[in-house]
Amino acid sequence: MPAERGPRRSRLTRAGRWVVLVGFAVALAFPFLWMLVTSFKRTSDLYNTANDPFLFNEPPTLAHLKLLFGETLFLRWLANTTAVGILVVVLTLALAVPAAYALTRLTGRWGPRLGIGIFLTYLIPPTLLFIPLSRLVARLGLQDSLWSIILVYPSFTVPFSIWLLMGFFKSIPRELEEAGMVDGLTRFQAFLRLVVPISVSGILTVVIFTFTLVTQEFVYALTFISSEAHQTVGVGVPIYLVRGDVYYWGSLMAACLITSVPIAILYNVFLDRFIAGFTVGAVK
Amino acid sequence: MALRSSTRLGVAMFAPALIYIAAVVGLPLCLAFLYSVGDVRVGSVGYHFVGLDNFRSVLRSPTFRRSLANSFVFTIVTQLIVIVCANLLALALRDRFRGRGFVRFLVLLPWVAPISLGAIGWKWLLDSIYSVVNWVLVHLHLVRPFDAPMWLGEPRLAMASVILVHAWRMLPFSTVILLAGLTSIPKDIPEAAAVDGAGFWRSYFRIVLPMMTPIINVAVLFGVIFTFTDMTVVYILTRGGPYDSTQVLPSLAFFTGILGSDLSEGAAISVFLVPILAVIAILMLRVAQKAEVV
Amino acid sequence: MAVVETRKLTKVYAKAELGAVNEVDLLVREGEFLVFLGPSGSGKTTLLRMIAGLEEPTRGEVRIGGRDVTRLAPRDRGIAMVFQSYALYPHLTVRKNILFPLQAQKVPRARHAEKVEWASSLLGIGHLLERRPRELSGGERQRVALARAIVREPQVFLLDEPLSNLDAKLRASAREELSRFHKRVGTTTIYVTHDQIEAMAMGDRVVVLAQGVVRQIGTPREVYDQPADTFVATFLGSPPMNLMEAGEVIAGFRPEHLLPASLATGPAVPLRLRVATVEYLGAERIVYGVLLGGRFDGQKVVSRIPATVPAAYAADETHDFVVPEDRLEFFERASGKRTGRREFAWR
Repeated sequence: MPAERGPRRSRLTRAGRWVVLVGFAVALAFPFLWMLVTSFKRTSDLYNTANDPFLFNEPPTLAHLKLLFGETLFLRWLANTTAVGILVVVLTLALAVPAAYALTRLTGRWGPRLGIGIFLTYLIPPTLLFIPLSRLVARLGLQDSLWSIILVYPSFTVPFSIWLLMGFFKSIPRELEEAGMVDGLTRFQAFLRLVVPISVSGILTVVIFTFTLVTQEFVYALTFISSEAHQTVGVGVPIYLVRGDVYYWGSLMAACLITSVPIAILYNVFLDRFIAGFTVGAVK
Repeated sequence: MALRSSTRLGVAMFAPALIYIAAVVGLPLCLAFLYSVGDVRVGSVGYHFVGLDNFRSVLRSPTFRRSLANSFVFTIVTQLIVIVCANLLALALRDRFRGRGFVRFLVLLPWVAPISLGAIGWKWLLDSIYSVVNWVLVHLHLVRPFDAPMWLGEPRLAMASVILVHAWRMLPFSTVILLAGLTSIPKDIPEAAAVDGAGFWRSYFRIVLPMMTPIINVAVLFGVIFTFTDMTVVYILTRGGPYDSTQVLPSLAFFTGILGSDLSEGAAISVFLVPILAVIAILMLRVAQKAEVV
Repeated sequence: MAVVETRKLTKVYAKAELGAVNEVDLLVREGEFLVFLGPSGSGKTTLLRMIAGLEEPTRGEVRIGGRDVTRLAPRDRGIAMVFQSYALYPHLTVRKNILFPLQAQKVPRARHAEKVEWASSLLGIGHLLERRPRELSGGERQRVALARAIVREPQVFLLDEPLSNLDAKLRASAREELSRFHKRVGTTTIYVTHDQIEAMAMGDRVVVLAQGVVRQIGTPREVYDQPADTFVATFLGSPPMNLMEAGEVIAGFRPEHLLPASLATGPAVPLRLRVATVEYLGAERIVYGVLLGGRFDGQKVVSRIPATVPAAYAADETHDFVVPEDRLEFFERASGKRTGRREFAWR
């Protein structure tokens, strides 16, 4: 399709569009721009109220980054988050991929209903479950251990992943597995050797989605993990980078930006697939 | 026979996920109800049924009532702002233009970045002394230099700030969902309206918007859930203060149940989320059903 | 009702690329049923959309009823359009679909009921008024789209392949109905199609387009019997015209004019042909063959023999055929353009 199809718009509507776009883009992205500016400003510049905050009144500095990487546990938190993310991804795939396949192909008319049931569990929020879960975690002796969140995080990644994958599996023609079975595979082999390889892009979507959700989670990590060294970035940065009442704004903002941007880029690449999962068939 | 073995395989493939969800979602959900009618504290061992005592004591607390009201106010106001803005923004993003991908990326940042980090960013923007927002307001002569608003320090402003940050966070999400709805309308239809004599606004309000109703419902339902059950924004921005003026049900449940060690009362507070969630779930099912009929 | 005119109308999507529509000059006469015919990608739909105002021309002018409308919005052009998909508003009933243009054009409310009644009875959809588009069959949807287009009595009707979503049987009757409808309302109509049968059957005149350029404008008889160039000659007619090349000239003849030698009357060119395959289609046979001997030895040709000719043909047989000389067409090899009768070396 050529770029500019569609009815001619009046100059007014076109100008209006730009006003809306620029206005919202600035309002929505501004905090991140500000994180960038703050990360490189000297503390004395930040804390001088006579200065124009939009300008570098003193030369930029790398001191905040040095502090962040050298004297805080930021790198440790990043490593923790990555490790948790990878393990949660593995758990999620192990549970969700077979389950989604079973729901799309094998359970007849119960499939869709169970699918919706699974989807509804996604609507049950952590803030309803975290109190009993904190006790279960303690009972299992996992308090203050990364294993607590590794075990609990799939509770919100699995339902949505099943839902996303069901959409993928539905779009694969049944004939494919039937052909494989005629050629001598069992149904399970057909799933492993035909369906899974074809669904790589769907599975990749689930991987990215799961990973971003892990980095975004706050409540469970805050509740189950009590020592600084075991934190994820999502909790470590906003809670433990603050000493009492002292906010190291420069390092804090740098940490926020360094963590947010890669996640945002990843998410952006797979955006359309996530949206397809959220729209519950309300969009054809 | 073939059918039966395939059913068995289906059960075997589905069972692990089902068992996991039962253990990590189903069980705690039941426990939440159980705790809310018992006396469970951190470190306590036994369980005594205390009926509706927890609910009674919770309902008597002015903080709880404040939180309940806040939860509703924050959610409703946020969603009103979000849905109007999201319609506008989705419309502006519909046609292709150079740089659309980049604009979309900028617009999406608040949703895709971890919310705890976004919220701490806002805490800096709204700082009592070094707020850049205030600096701009002062230099636009909208407020006087030594009388700048204490965004997170005054009850009304703090509520406004929490709403602002929630709206900031949810707007990208609603926008991309509405955008999906907008682009799913066949191009012919607005074109037919244009040929039929409709101007931009008539075509939008009479044709496009009604066709988008199901998708708008989806965006609102998710938006309500995400806002109503969130405690991160409040926890980081204000810790519920000043004087509990921004306390909401999830954050109050956290302060009472985890920090205050009274698991039962915390559970009772969070159980108040359930009716809303149930209503949302039913509405969601209805939307899904309608979508399938069409 | 009005005259529609385009002057040097051009649409270029990407610079340095051949335009989708190139310098098209057209004059649609008052009350005429004009058909744009061309293969996909020929620019016929883009041309129509520029006339409708849905696409902005890169250059050139559109005039409707003597007025320059090039820069006007679709709604200010006095046109109505039926889309390929019909583009019915799915959330509105048929009645409200038909009402929509009246409301949008600010027709006084008092006249609404009467107009809807008129349009729906004209198309025989009075009983469907309270239904929604998705409860209608393809044929019914097409009528609703027509009713919605006619209801505000436009000066010009634009139809973009309105029959392509109907099944083959329905298409034939819809074709005939549409022609009758046009005779009754008499509105100037532009009709886009890639189906030559529709073009021949309905058009007062046919505009043959290829690669954004008008190849020929003429009555169905003219474009079929006197094709302006080799493109038109091969695009119209199925199977297409046989073409043979000798020197600077191309000679062409339609399959129905390559006949068994026994049927020859008057001067004719004899051709010997070895049959490759025969398709038996009931009313006729299509004989695919290869010429034997002479200059065109090995050239493939197609003949179309009506069932009324008793002769039998089978693969690998050799038969004598002729082409009546007055049925030969000649084209210049360099330009592909049609020329008058030329000397042509058959041997």
